[in-house]
Amino acid sequence: MGAPDMDELCFTDSELDLHVRNALNAAIQGDCDFYNQLVAVIHHKERLSAEEVALLVTCLKAVAGAVSCIHIVHHRSLLAAILGMSLWDYGTDVMDALVELLVSLASSNGEYVDLCLEMLVVNFMPPDTPYYASNFMELLKQPRGLSKKTQVLDRVHSTLKDISNVVPLSPLRLEKILRDQMPKIFTKEPIMAMYVENMLRLESGAMGELVGSTVLVTIMDRLIELDVEIAWEDILQDDFHKGIFDMELEDFEGSADHIEQDGYELTREALIQRFFCGNLVAEKLDSLMVLTFEHLKSCFENGRLVQVYEILLQSFQKTVLTAYKSKFAQFVMFYACSLDPENCGQMLANALIDIFVGGVNPEWRMSSVAYLASYLARAKCIPVSFVAAILERVVNWCFSYCKNQDGDINPKAHKVFYAGCQATMYVLCFRMKQMLAVPRLKSQLQLMRIDDILGHPLRPLQVCLPSIVEEFLRLAKANHIFSLPETPDDHGLLESEHSRVFGGIERLDMFFPFDPCLLRKCDRYIRPNYVYWSMVRSTYDEDDEEGTSDEDIADAYDHGNGISIPDDGSDRSYDEGNSDADEFDCALDKMSITPRDSSHKFGGRMQRFVQMPSKIRPSMSPESL
Amino acid sequence: MAGLEECEANLVVYLHPSKAKCADDAILSELSSLLFTYNETFGGVVLAYDPKIRSNLAKILPGVYPFFGVQLKAKLLLFNPKPDMVLEGEVVKLTPHSIHAVVLGFSSAVIADDDIRDEFKHKSKSGEEVYFSRTNRKHKIKVGTILRFSVKSFDEEILHISGSLLAHHTGCARWLDKNLDEWSRADSTATKRATGDGKQENDRLMIDGETSLQNDEQIVKSKKRRKGHT
Repeated sequence: MGAPDMDELCFTDSELDLHVRNALNAAIQGDCDFYNQLVAVIHHKERLSAEEVALLVTCLKAVAGAVSCIHIVHHRSLLAAILGMSLWDYGTDVMDALVELLVSLASSNGEYVDLCLEMLVVNFMPPDTPYYASNFMELLKQPRGLSKKTQVLDRVHSTLKDISNVVPLSPLRLEKILRDQMPKIFTKEPIMAMYVENMLRLESGAMGELVGSTVLVTIMDRLIELDVEIAWEDILQDDFHKGIFDMELEDFEGSADHIEQDGYELTREALIQRFFCGNLVAEKLDSLMVLTFEHLKSCFENGRLVQVYEILLQSFQKTVLTAYKSKFAQFVMFYACSLDPENCGQMLANALIDIFVGGVNPEWRMSSVAYLASYLARAKCIPVSFVAAILERVVNWCFSYCKNQDGDINPKAHKVFYAGCQATMYVLCFRMKQMLAVPRLKSQLQLMRIDDILGHPLRPLQVCLPSIVEEFLRLAKANHIFSLPETPDDHGLLESEHSRVFGGIERLDMFFPFDPCLLRKCDRYIRPNYVYWSMVRSTYDEDDEEGTSDEDIADAYDHGNGISIPDDGSDRSYDEGNSDADEFDCALDKMSITPRDSSHKFGGRMQRFVQMPSKIRPSMSPESL
Repeated sequence: MAGLEECEANLVVYLHPSKAKCADDAILSELSSLLFTYNETFGGVVLAYDPKIRSNLAKILPGVYPFFGVQLKAKLLLFNPKPDMVLEGEVVKLTPHSIHAVVLGFSSAVIADDDIRDEFKHKSKSGEEVYFSRTNRKHKIKVGTILRFSVKSFDEEILHISGSLLAHHTGCARWLDKNLDEWSRADSTATKRATGDGKQENDRLMIDGETSLQNDEQIVKSKKRRKGHT
């Protein structure tokens, strides 16, 4: 280790400053002795004794006083040594001296701003040294590790703030650095989570207004990247969904007792394990989504959710909506809407309907109406009157479209129209009961031209997914609401030849974006405001009873088929790991994922109404692609 | 303040065909992308714009995407500090070795200790840092002071100004304005000749970093430049 001289010398602060300045100036002239000693002191980072720490702090302070003499070309090794330091390797004294030096450096010359910001952003995560790489997770569990994390991150964030005070344009540079330094999708989960945590902290901090939108957009981009990494096949392995479906039938037929049985418990556990444990990407996505949810929650509590949501919505329209059948990332929107259905929920629905009605790209229009239908069906807290209003706009568009068409069935040419019809029926399957319970909405529903559309020569009833059509017709008949033509013949089929065609290569006919979320941790946030098919179905069991009152329906929405779903998510303690896990398992039983073989008829004809797919797999068979 | 100028530019903004419905917004967003970056064509940092579209007709470029070019005339406010110009900024941080200020709210300026004249002495009083003048005890520089300094160099990429307080007509703007006689007397004739009287005249017109446009002839210059923009 260098600098034996420095140990013995006794300087005042200003003398030391002068020495460092002289050393820096001498290095430019070619005399590098003292300069090299200085670099060596800064380089030395392992097992520092108390004297060495003191020496390092003194040197850093002295360099901070002499930043105006540092030259980016002549003092490259010094700069590399400083910028190569990691706050995680040192105690608080060194950290403080180092961040002070960084602020001085960044404000002394424009050339150093990027370098300093980049170094701070790298410090969001522990360094890639063997020590941290192997022990990081264990370390974070201990109080020592946690306090280290707090010490480092507090300093990183306050320094970023300090730099932006002195260099007002630094957030502009920071945006780019944040984007570039974002860990790639194959980075380990804790590291990635930590980075995202820091980004969100920036968003909620003083610099939020400046870098916030970049942060949110970058996170959404990363979520969607992770999302598309998970293949549909991973979720819908044959025996996986078959098993779930079998259990759903069991559950429906009888009692919850079956579920308690050991045999079922094991199988189910094994199935969830199979999806989750083998799937690191899903776990990663799950953690990042939870971080985002928590952030949205805190934004809501601070009254700035709408502001954040506007950015999210823009990013959603650009990335999630246009991505090929996003599976999970869209639940960020769902959660934000469930926090503030008045503002966010309505903004989402309005944005989607605007795209459906006025969009240019037919695939995006279909995808947006699929999102809309799924959202209107699944979100518990949106008012029924609002559902009716949005539905009316969809129906009106479909009506004005088919009014001008006089051809026969043509799934390919009129795919947007068929998507609209299917969306209408899908929403009504979930919401019809609720609408009929309110006289005003009932008459509104009757005034919509649904019969005209469904009876049109384009024959949407034969093109849309038979399972939805069938359920819709059954409901319409039971409630004597629409006068509709005869049911098509293909009872019990999930998909038909026509539906495959109108869905196109992307199978947008089978796209229900807000189907039950398979991510374990996310599900806890989503569930309190989520409508499961089983909850809706249970209201139909009372079909024969006269005068079902609103309250009954509301009750059914709250306590669906044995699972109690609290009205207010905030009452729940999410920390109760065990009970939550149980509830999650229980909810998984409520999903009916359709079997891979679409010709396989599930459920008997007697129970046809059970077949409403609450989770539909996309067809991945080669011929459909 | 010196360094600011208004110019009139003839521009052609090429827009993507998807923007045809909302050409006005698209033009504004194109112009916004110029803000706070140094632009060599204009020779300065664009701070504000005021476009006037000259006609409804646009020229369509042949190609896979038929971009269309809208001709417009825009008034631009440019910021282009040159060495020896006198600027003003608000002091945000003082250290024993440097003074940090922010000019016009976006550009950072630093004055290193080599560039602070010996008259000023740094002192830290109960945590509050201050630079005060040895000759005029009332002439102080604190955080929040509007500082008048001369430009040494300007980093066009990050808009970072390196400044100097060596000349006598630099320092706390408020004190300089109030005590015109004292510092102009102290100012040697040599310095006067170097900086020129006109500049001091000009300096006197500004208070607290705001630009007074009474002396339009000096500050506002018209430039006509053409710029093709895609």
